[in-house]
Amino acid sequence: MNKPLRRIAIFCGLLVLTLLIRDNWLQYVKADSLKDDENNRRVAIERYATPRGDIIVDGKAITGHATTDGDFKYKRTYKDGPMWAPVTGYVSQAYGATQLEAIDDGILTGNDDRLFFRNTLDMITGKKKEGGNVVTTLNAAAQKAAYDGLKAQGGKGAVAAIEPSTGKILALASFPSYDPSSIAGSGDSDAKAWKGLLKENNKNDPTLNRALREVYPPGSTFKVLTAAAALENGLYDSADEKTDSPLPWTMPETSTVLKNEGDLPCKNATLREALRVSCNTVFGKIGADLGNDKMLDMAKKFGFTEEQFVPVRSAASVFSDDMEPSQVALSSIGQFNTAATPLQMAMVTSAIANNGTLMKPYMVDELQAPNLDTIEKTDPEEMSKPLSADNAQILQSMMETVVKEGTGTRAQINGVTVGGKTGTAQHGVDNSENPYAWFISYAKQSDGSSPVAVAVVIEDENANRGDISGGGLAAPIAKNVMQAVLDSKK
Amino acid sequence: MSSTSPTHHTSTIGAIGAPSRRNTELALLVFAVVIPVFAYANVGLAINDSVPPGLLSYGLGLGLIAGVGHLVVRKFAPYADPLMLPLATLLNGIGLVVIWRLDQSKRLQASRLFVEAAPRQLMYSALGVALFVAVLIFLKDHRVLQRYTYISMAGALVLLILPLVPGLGQNVFGARIWIKIPGLGTIQPGEFAKIVLAVFFAGYLMVKRDALALASRRFMGLYLPRGRDLGPILVVWVMSILILVFETDLGTSLLFFGMFVIMLYVATERTSWIVFGLLMSAAGAVGVASFETHVQQRVQAWLDPANEFKLSRQGVVGHTEQSMQALWAFGSGGTLGTGLGQGNSDLIGFAANSDFILATFGEELGLAGVMAILLLYALIVERGVRTALAARDPFGKLLAIGLSGAFALQVFVVAGGVMGLIPLTGMTMPFLAYGGSSVIANWALIGILLRISDTARRPAPAPAANPDAEMTQVVRP
Repeated sequence: MNKPLRRIAIFCGLLVLTLLIRDNWLQYVKADSLKDDENNRRVAIERYATPRGDIIVDGKAITGHATTDGDFKYKRTYKDGPMWAPVTGYVSQAYGATQLEAIDDGILTGNDDRLFFRNTLDMITGKKKEGGNVVTTLNAAAQKAAYDGLKAQGGKGAVAAIEPSTGKILALASFPSYDPSSIAGSGDSDAKAWKGLLKENNKNDPTLNRALREVYPPGSTFKVLTAAAALENGLYDSADEKTDSPLPWTMPETSTVLKNEGDLPCKNATLREALRVSCNTVFGKIGADLGNDKMLDMAKKFGFTEEQFVPVRSAASVFSDDMEPSQVALSSIGQFNTAATPLQMAMVTSAIANNGTLMKPYMVDELQAPNLDTIEKTDPEEMSKPLSADNAQILQSMMETVVKEGTGTRAQINGVTVGGKTGTAQHGVDNSENPYAWFISYAKQSDGSSPVAVAVVIEDENANRGDISGGGLAAPIAKNVMQAVLDSKK
Repeated sequence: MSSTSPTHHTSTIGAIGAPSRRNTELALLVFAVVIPVFAYANVGLAINDSVPPGLLSYGLGLGLIAGVGHLVVRKFAPYADPLMLPLATLLNGIGLVVIWRLDQSKRLQASRLFVEAAPRQLMYSALGVALFVAVLIFLKDHRVLQRYTYISMAGALVLLILPLVPGLGQNVFGARIWIKIPGLGTIQPGEFAKIVLAVFFAGYLMVKRDALALASRRFMGLYLPRGRDLGPILVVWVMSILILVFETDLGTSLLFFGMFVIMLYVATERTSWIVFGLLMSAAGAVGVASFETHVQQRVQAWLDPANEFKLSRQGVVGHTEQSMQALWAFGSGGTLGTGLGQGNSDLIGFAANSDFILATFGEELGLAGVMAILLLYALIVERGVRTALAARDPFGKLLAIGLSGAFALQVFVVAGGVMGLIPLTGMTMPFLAYGGSSVIANWALIGILLRISDTARRPAPAPAANPDAEMTQVVRP
């Protein structure tokens, strides 16, 4: 009987061998794909097992963490959540992450490959894994001025502010906003808050980052771009040269007369005068004269038609490429299809204030390891040169006239040179809806350099139509933002 | 005595005395107690940052179980195999630690089905060792069991039918393999039936093996048995199919059938029985699977665990995410595991400490730990097979190989099921898993194997002096 016994022994050995092979297959060959399977709850458990790194503004964290019950140990908290939401985005145990929280998730959770060596060391020394920090370029005072201004105004709106010489984003506010803390957990209250934020349940759409993701017709603020195109293309050589502008002016190939807002002295006005009182006829004609290609070319140099990554993605601003001359004329005064994000208009302003050089906008200055070592530093980068320094200075003097004695007087700051442009963009079928109030501006220091360029837009359905003008609603907010930046420079 | 090979020098030189190896056993038992005690401390430190307060009593309890076992073996089975008791103690002890670890899980505590399992398992282990001791004390010679061949058959059938008796049987999550004894709790009679059936098969085959082996017809190169000899295998086949159908217990059915085929093969030395057995089990399995939705669903879950997880999450009735959760636990453990107490295998939920306990080993002790556990099982089986080889009587050989083979099959079916190698069946890892019936029955199984090995290794009594014979000359090879 021993021969079959030996065979049974071999058979039992094979059974065990099969199990061993299967185990190696599971725990060695397939281990990583099982471990990182999106449905494997351990992925989320590990993600929230350690406190997340912080997002830092002016050396202070604007985020924090709290412990929660259940599977996930830590959840994100935000200080002044609604104010900073357009900067941070949110990270939620239940609803994932967006914007900066999503883009730099690896650093914040500590899972980034660049932290691998440290993590391995920590594992050996028994230290818990920690997240790194994201240091932003934002200016807390400017952000507060922007958000408080929008909030006081009460309607929807957004502010973007940039440091022209570097492209650092100083303020990025959107209103109405939401508190990302309220959806950071995975409990019932988070679910309720989340439901209330969804667009279909909330017509205010508070999670929309209007400063980056919403495009508005820029209205008259676009005229500074048209003026830049006129100067760059040699149509006019100075701000004080009379333009060849009839009044009334009929748009080419049509019988439609382009109107000004009121009885303005626009006939053969100089560029300076035309910008001061915001002549539609003068800039409409410049656009029509230059043609679609040249206007589009200039708009592209300022960053239109492309998404910007700051590193959060912004929507692409629009300037069409297949228009009739009359449509080019309307587009050149910021109507028709032309649409821009607040960030885009701040970029236009900052390029002019920076003597014609557009710096690539960014809001992450530095990524830090948990021990505060720098892992990655963002260097200012030139994005394009839309206009020459001479022409930029001509444009600056024109914009400064607007604030000094034009439509933008409410942005004046004592002892500081300010240049700006108002805009009141009509929209809706037959311009039936309330227009958007725009204001773009920059402040200039005594040495000629500019520390801040800002764009403000307000959409107010409740306000009296007549009250809405960029100079009235948006300029005071821009002024406060500039003031805040100037104060923090002292 | 013409042969001089070492295996045949039974009567003349036995008096020289084989070493009993009891001290080896004692030394190994020290390890078998110390390793689980360290593991227990490890879990406490990982979960509560402190050495668990029950460490001393746990260590003493396990030590007592091992000590009593050892002393009884030393007294009543001095020549028994020295490895089996330490191996069983180690598996039992480490199983207790992991059951205790899962008791600490907040997720499992939140379930309304939660009961603290470790104290009960410790009690069951003590009962198991008591049964082990009883076997060694009262079963002086395993050949006594031969007398109860047909009583065993009747007993096994009764045990198997019990869960189907209305009022007594319990249907738990689709398998009807428990009976409820008021005041005592539930028992899984199948675990005990395994041993009783092995006794019946061994007794029956010892008598019938010549008839089964020699009276056969040759057909297509295979020796086919005669119709009337086919009877018993058909009965067992039908019985296991019935278990499968009425108790929806795929594992036990496979186990019994496999055990019978192994013993039949050993008894008759006919390969044709294996071919025949495999064909019949395949036919039976396919036949049942074609109309049993419970079995079909198990197969579906095995083929596509990810989809099963999805269906379960969508709340489709009758689906469970356990298989996928077990695979994730194994994968997340990787090569070295997370360390005891630091994994999330409790995500498996229900039955994490019984049917799925191997997944916790997989996650917390990693590939290394699971391979070590599997090798411990392999060693038990190897000692069992060695006992069968060494046994001097056919009944002992058959019983030993039957029990070891069944043990190996059970390990394969459970571990293979949890690791997704074969469809999942509701059986428990011997010694590791939470379950009174399982741990008690397996201690009895080890007791019987030790008894057989003691008989096999015991030096035969010196033959009565024969005044006519001269001293046999021993010629060494």
